[in-house]
Amino acid sequence: MWDYSEKVQDHFFKPRNAGAVANANATGDVGSLSCGDALRLTLKVNPETDIIEDAGFQTFGCGSAVASSSALTEMVKGMTVDQALKISNQDIADYLDGLPPEKMHCSVMGREALQAAVANYRGEEWKDDHEEGALICKCFAVDAVLIEETIRANHLSTVEEVTFYTKAGGGCSACFEGIEEILNKIMLERDEEEVVAPPPEPVKPAKAPLTNLQRMRRIEHTLEAIRPQLQADRGDIELVEVDFDKKIAFVNLSGACSGCQMAAATLGGVQQRVMEDLGEFIRVLPATEMGKF
Amino acid sequence: MSEGIYLDNNATTMVSPEVVQAMLPFFTEQFGNPSSIHQFGNKVGLAIKAARKQVQKLLGAEHDSEIVFTSCGTESDSTAILSALKAQPERKEIITTVVEHPAILTLCENLEKDGYTVHYLKVDGKGRLDLDAYAKLLTDNVAIVSAMWANNESGTYFPVVEMAEMANAAGVMFHTDAVQAVGKIPMSLKDTKIDMLSVSGHKLHAPKGIGVLYLRRGTRFRPLLRGGHQERGRRAGTENAASIVALGKAAEMAFEHMEHENICVRAMRDRLKEGLLAAIPNCFVTGDPDNCLPNTLNIAFEYIEGEAILLMLNKQGIAASSGSACTSGSLEPSHVMRAMGIPYTAAHGTIRFSLSRYNNMPEIEKVIAAVPPIIAQLRKLSPYWDNVNNAPLEEPEKAFAPAYA
Repeated sequence: MWDYSEKVQDHFFKPRNAGAVANANATGDVGSLSCGDALRLTLKVNPETDIIEDAGFQTFGCGSAVASSSALTEMVKGMTVDQALKISNQDIADYLDGLPPEKMHCSVMGREALQAAVANYRGEEWKDDHEEGALICKCFAVDAVLIEETIRANHLSTVEEVTFYTKAGGGCSACFEGIEEILNKIMLERDEEEVVAPPPEPVKPAKAPLTNLQRMRRIEHTLEAIRPQLQADRGDIELVEVDFDKKIAFVNLSGACSGCQMAAATLGGVQQRVMEDLGEFIRVLPATEMGKF
Repeated sequence: MSEGIYLDNNATTMVSPEVVQAMLPFFTEQFGNPSSIHQFGNKVGLAIKAARKQVQKLLGAEHDSEIVFTSCGTESDSTAILSALKAQPERKEIITTVVEHPAILTLCENLEKDGYTVHYLKVDGKGRLDLDAYAKLLTDNVAIVSAMWANNESGTYFPVVEMAEMANAAGVMFHTDAVQAVGKIPMSLKDTKIDMLSVSGHKLHAPKGIGVLYLRRGTRFRPLLRGGHQERGRRAGTENAASIVALGKAAEMAFEHMEHENICVRAMRDRLKEGLLAAIPNCFVTGDPDNCLPNTLNIAFEYIEGEAILLMLNKQGIAASSGSACTSGSLEPSHVMRAMGIPYTAAHGTIRFSLSRYNNMPEIEKVIAAVPPIIAQLRKLSPYWDNVNNAPLEEPEKAFAPAYA
């Protein structure tokens, strides 16, 4: 559960100025559907005085998005348009006695809706100049975009430097991996060595495949190596048939092995050895099962 | 708020009073180390043995030695996947699904950075897999398949028994994260080809901090934690005796209540579904309702956001959870809902109600009465909603198309 202030809760459960203003002459639609917050701000501005006489909001969003929208409408009512434009997202958060770091973007949305609405009132086109990335450092609320821009602008190359410039990583250390990833990406672009070791060589080159005859010999060879152990327990094993299409080797267990309760476990062990020696998957089944395939 | 109505059992469950009773002595007089030879230790060792049998019975495992106690479902998941990779170093591929729990997905993403190739099976609109696509991926290069038994958000089952058969026939290990399924549906692992399975105690009325990795006898294994000989060296670290005993008791109770879960809990869930769908316009059930856990109901309420719904429900003492971005602090709604192609306007409004045997029908009726006004109230605030006609705007996504901010 989020740690919402009393004031946030109050503005969420009892939103002020909900709904569209009648006869509005300024509308601002902002938000991002993918991240789940969107806001339509409507204002009624007196064209003579530029004073905002009424404000209303419609919000698709979480508790703090609704509360931020509600707070914004309360704040701007009675202000001139120019005064209202001076409201920062921090002012909105302060008005609500603070927002959790993950939720600061809700207040940013409020400020931008205001800018968009004013642009609409003045007949201008509003362009969003703000880009937001995934939150990397939760201690100091620093997102990926800010980190990336700071690294590029200042030619940073260590996590310590990033912390020095942005505070990101200066708290609980949980985001070091995230910062390193961004650093690596940018340093690769700059053609520099990575901060951390590159991943190990993934796959060995495949060996030339064996022929069926070679495989059969190998299986026999493995079984020969196993036989002394079985013979020590008065049992024995012999290869009967290999079906390479179905990847099955059929064997006869004889002596004490036949009918032994551990026969299945023995075959499992044999299969393991055969697979390891052969370097590919194969099932080892008793020859009595040959008819079933 | 009176007592409160708890419908968030897929997140965690109440510890049963009987379970608490069973574990209490292990904090006081039964404090011995089960590895010790003296009577203090021996009694605890015997209690752990009994708990292992109880879990074995619930899972339908062939041997009790196939039960390895761990600290949680995440540890079991990590142990399973990392073990498979370590035991088969020549195999560099993993098959999993796009809707797995982060315990699997985050691990897999991390393994990709280490050079492993991960195949993520996609799901359709109802959260179902394409088994033909799966069959094509089963090769000698694959170290392990990991697919969840039931999805934590939608409750939808994957055909893990069939998938395990297919993997086995191709010589590939199969793991399933079954933390949502264990205790809710009957299982007989001895009749399946599942090699490894993860259990989380707190999802079935045991406390948090205890889990199980089922490890089929004969499966090649490498431990995650090395040290003492506990759990036959497969998971070192002094046993969490009290919680192991608790999980044993919880497993026993889940086994006894299996029929109740699948008849009574299911009936409550069905009533909730029917009641909410009848009372609220523009909402729908996500996932595959005909093939899902008996206790889970996930409904998408269009044009409003989940966290706002939860806050209002919470005010009335009703606890549920949501797949919206805001509830988790991420920038995207639930990966499960997105994978099923649910549009953003609905994905952010998904609410999961998950029941347990400790719920009752009067509670369900209260929830059915409480939810519709909350939805209506939030829709009044929504820029997508036409308050005059009390319906979504015509072509809502065109009528309100905000600038990205």
